[in-house]
Amino acid sequence: MKNPVMTASGTFGYGKEYADFVDLSQIGGIIVKGTTLNKREGNPYPRLAETPSGMLNAVGLQNKGVDYFVQHIYPEIKDIDSQMVVNVSGASVEDYCTTAERIDTLDRIPAIELNISCPNVKQGGMTFGTSCASVENVVGAVRKVYHKTLIVKLTPNVTDIAEIAKAAEAAGADSVSLINTVMGMAIDAERRKPLLSTITGGLSGACVKPIALRMVWQVAKAVQIPIVGLGGIMNATDAVEFLLAGATAVEIGTANFIDPAITVKVVNGINDYLERHNYKSVKDIIGALEV
Amino acid sequence: MDLTVTSNDWMDGNYILMKLTGGTTPLPTMKPGQFAELKIEGSPSTYLRRPISINYVDREHNELWLLIQMVGDGTRKLGELKKGDSLNMVLPLGNGFGMPDDNDKQKKLLLVGGGVGLAPMLMLGAELKNAGYSPIYLIGARNKAALLEMDEFKKIGAVYTTTEDGSDGEKGFVTNHSLLQKEKFDKIYVCGPTPMMKAVASYAKQSGTECEVSLENKMACGLGACLCCVTETKEGNKCVCSEGPVFNINELTWQI
Repeated sequence: MKNPVMTASGTFGYGKEYADFVDLSQIGGIIVKGTTLNKREGNPYPRLAETPSGMLNAVGLQNKGVDYFVQHIYPEIKDIDSQMVVNVSGASVEDYCTTAERIDTLDRIPAIELNISCPNVKQGGMTFGTSCASVENVVGAVRKVYHKTLIVKLTPNVTDIAEIAKAAEAAGADSVSLINTVMGMAIDAERRKPLLSTITGGLSGACVKPIALRMVWQVAKAVQIPIVGLGGIMNATDAVEFLLAGATAVEIGTANFIDPAITVKVVNGINDYLERHNYKSVKDIIGALEV
Repeated sequence: MDLTVTSNDWMDGNYILMKLTGGTTPLPTMKPGQFAELKIEGSPSTYLRRPISINYVDREHNELWLLIQMVGDGTRKLGELKKGDSLNMVLPLGNGFGMPDDNDKQKKLLLVGGGVGLAPMLMLGAELKNAGYSPIYLIGARNKAALLEMDEFKKIGAVYTTTEDGSDGEKGFVTNHSLLQKEKFDKIYVCGPTPMMKAVASYAKQSGTECEVSLENKMACGLGACLCCVTETKEGNKCVCSEGPVFNINELTWQI
């Protein structure tokens, strides 16, 4: 990667949606929308509720399925000069494996991010990511069929994320990314109704950053594999904090909605930070928190 | 881009007409029915941008007009902006209204606006007039004071109104207006509250009239990336922000 800044799945489409606003070649990696074996319509509207310093979403992995991705979307994005990573989700271990196998054949996709942490689907998703046994099971199965870089995206909705990360590492993950959204809920008191069609959804944005930082810190002490940190990064300082806590790279998510050019601003801001503190490389600040 | 407020006038106590200039930067090409995503500063409860439809573009003065209803703290912050203040926005977004698909300038075009939904109809009517059509307006509001920008609309074409209290035009809703019984239109454009749009869409369907509606779903990115603002269509869920906000009623799955 040319720099440690990536985009979080589900917040940046397939990259091309943002091409008018930001030079995609200046972004370290682009993690495209969650892809499943079969087409999914996602959840009914409303899927969005604004909350203090954040938002809840309940999109539910709307996508046209891996075959459509391979035939129609991949040709459109394969020449983007960034590391193009596909986020893979599924309702069963077989789903994950079949989807990963198909993506494995695509030359310009060097990695997948295994999404075992989506809170917005009834089957699969987060249920794979909340116990060590099921994490080892699905990660191990995908590891057997997928030969490139395997990043496993973890949910914060667990008691001990370090144990979950260790399970992913033991099962062959090359990296873990965290955190996916935090389960939350919003209510319209006047109407006595939930604001999301699914009642509960996934919280993201600035409000989740302290939770994400804490978890990156805990996981960094527990595993040897690189960590991709995300959760509420709104600017370069936030990104530096994740690197200091032990992340090797970061993903920018909800902030893309507020500033479609934020990714490159964060890249530049990290470089300014390194210069200001006389660091030669971003490697020098990974896990450099002084405690 | 950052635009500079040139005026910000309150209307009927609950709306603002904000005019902004691009300064030396010419405003981008914009189509009627497109919108801008506004960055709100100084409102702790407002995290996301606010989608606001384009009211009018005054090319001569390089000015963008936005007609905004005060709904929550975010829009109220926009109401506090003064001449000279800067406002960041992403624009233009969305597909915009479709121009009539042939060059028969005699086509009867009805532009229906309800409440603040009349906002995009000003630019649409102006463009249709420039293209040689004679658009007709039907505008509904709560009362006479809430019929905004009437002088501007009257410059473009005939304006018929309804008010809920009968203080202007015919009393009732736009769908009750006698114009719809008397005239047959070739195409109807609608923007307003969903029940109103559905009622007009139902009239259009029954009378076999082509009809486009502009939807206003809650959205985040505005670019078709987050898939939050979807509406159900006959081809599955579509993003209101990037595949809309304007849809032909035949595309939608409305029960009308």
